[in-house]
Amino acid sequence: MFSKINELRESKIYKHFVSQPLAVGALIVITLLFLGAILAPVIAPQDPYAMEKLSLGDSLLPPIWMEGGKAPFILGTDVQGRDIFSTILYGSRTSFIVGISVVTISGIFGGAIGLFAGYFGGIFDSIVMRSADTVLSFSKTLIAMLLLGIFKHSSILLVILAIVISDWVQYARTIRGEVLSVKEEEYVLASKAIGGTHLRTIFKHVLPNAISPLLVVGAVDFGIAVMLEATLSFLGVGVPVTQPSLGMLISQGRNYLYAGKWWLIVFPGLTLMAIVFSLNLISDWLRDEIDPKVSNI
Amino acid sequence: MSSYIGRRILQGIVVLFLVSFIAFIIFQYLGDPVMTLAGRYATQAQREEVRQSLGLDKPFYVQYFNFLKNALQGNFGMSYVTRVPVLDLIAERLPASIELAFVAESFAVIVGVSLGVFVSANPKSIMSKFMMTGSLFGVSLPTFLVGILLIYIFSIKLGIMPSSGRGETITILNFWRSGLLTLDGWRHIILPAFTLGMFQMALLFRITRGAMLEVLSAEYIRTAWAKGLRGKMVLFKHALRNALIPVVTMIGLQFGQLIGFAIVTESIFQWPGAGNLLLNSLYESDFPVVATYVIIVALIVVLLNVIVDISYAFLNPKIRYK
Repeated sequence: MFSKINELRESKIYKHFVSQPLAVGALIVITLLFLGAILAPVIAPQDPYAMEKLSLGDSLLPPIWMEGGKAPFILGTDVQGRDIFSTILYGSRTSFIVGISVVTISGIFGGAIGLFAGYFGGIFDSIVMRSADTVLSFSKTLIAMLLLGIFKHSSILLVILAIVISDWVQYARTIRGEVLSVKEEEYVLASKAIGGTHLRTIFKHVLPNAISPLLVVGAVDFGIAVMLEATLSFLGVGVPVTQPSLGMLISQGRNYLYAGKWWLIVFPGLTLMAIVFSLNLISDWLRDEIDPKVSNI
Repeated sequence: MSSYIGRRILQGIVVLFLVSFIAFIIFQYLGDPVMTLAGRYATQAQREEVRQSLGLDKPFYVQYFNFLKNALQGNFGMSYVTRVPVLDLIAERLPASIELAFVAESFAVIVGVSLGVFVSANPKSIMSKFMMTGSLFGVSLPTFLVGILLIYIFSIKLGIMPSSGRGETITILNFWRSGLLTLDGWRHIILPAFTLGMFQMALLFRITRGAMLEVLSAEYIRTAWAKGLRGKMVLFKHALRNALIPVVTMIGLQFGQLIGFAIVTESIFQWPGAGNLLLNSLYESDFPVVATYVIIVALIVVLLNVIVDISYAFLNPKIRYK
């Protein structure tokens, strides 16, 4: 047990990680936010979506450290007397669900397509890459907005699919580029030479050596998916109104901001930013770690 | 080079065909043109008449062909809501959107590229490290949040910037209502343009920096330093010119994204542009407007990509002489 820990302490990746205080901070922040989202029903002082528990008497209370603030409403309340802190915990659940689902589905689907396109080449490769170029030249926000706006039916699953439909492309492109260089390596040629099947060569030799850049893409993409879901929900074409979401909280708080009730927007906004910023910091660190030569984008 | 550009143009045409097909589906099958034209209480016979006049009884490919023919003549039908030809509706809104995108993109390119060059020239300074983290923060801010906070600070708290609309406009050439010719118009465009351009700025900054660092480590740059050229000369004439290739590509690629963010920005600042129109048409299920908007956006994106590909060929001799 202890030797394992010491081994980890000695490892390069650990040392590099600890030498990057920003990356460590980001990992701590994202872990805390994730735990908060998972444990929302346990730690939230109030179930903000149980209407009978809300009291209009608590409407639009400021955060607790300001005059007029009241326990247990740490970050204040909205117009219906909902505890902002609780709505944020519940809202960030949606962010994490969407982020994790989008990254997983796009990663597997796009990754597989890029892997096969790069390995086999030919017509399939051309078609995949041309359609990838096409999808990339249009805005993800626009595509998702059109899909959700046209069908007028909203659910968290539809939001995920509307994002995935244009999101898989970058995974496909990334892994394809990697595969193109890996497949010329001697160990891949050797695997083919000793009679290894294509499937064996792909999964045993090509994939393990081509997959690491996907981690970087995944971390950035996680943030983008979270931001996109918030944007769609803000515009009213995202998750249904009954589903708490950071974007929707900001949209609802917008009218009160003009009346000086800044806490309705600032706290959900900060949470959203903290999620995306931490993920970007982590991906930045991963990028340096995996391939220091790749330019920082 | 001509075969390279020819291939790109061909590819663009294929994309336009695909998009027009999607637009056709939205137009013909998602909306209910018969109901809208004949009215809710029309008899079966009246409906049939409208169906025939719209060509809805014809086979699928004939309908698609007619749709294309009409589209090429600039006839995209009427808006369900305002009963105005869709193309007029969008054409009226387009100048506002183009001006906003232009100001935002210019801001992003000028500031982003200059900062990128600065940081690559002084990679070790504290300012550079600060700007690198700052730019990461910049790409982490959702457009809508930036817009709202800017309105809160500059329009509500400080009261020095207008929060919505385009301000005073002047019509030039009989069709282009421009806000860039009046002081009031510029006052109105600053906040939305900053909101829209910030993400791009941060991105271009990071890309320029990355590309510059890569170029600066090349042999010919060392040669340039070694023969004693001035710093500015090396940086701008030798390095930046080569570093610009990925930057130009990214500007072209990102323009499509800009259109998406523009919809959000226009909605927040009540900017009377095409993006705002699209959003309202989506809310009201005004499908002819949505379909036409999709086609126009595709046209702009494809055209821009071809332009980027051509300028890419000019910047990069490897492609030019292939």
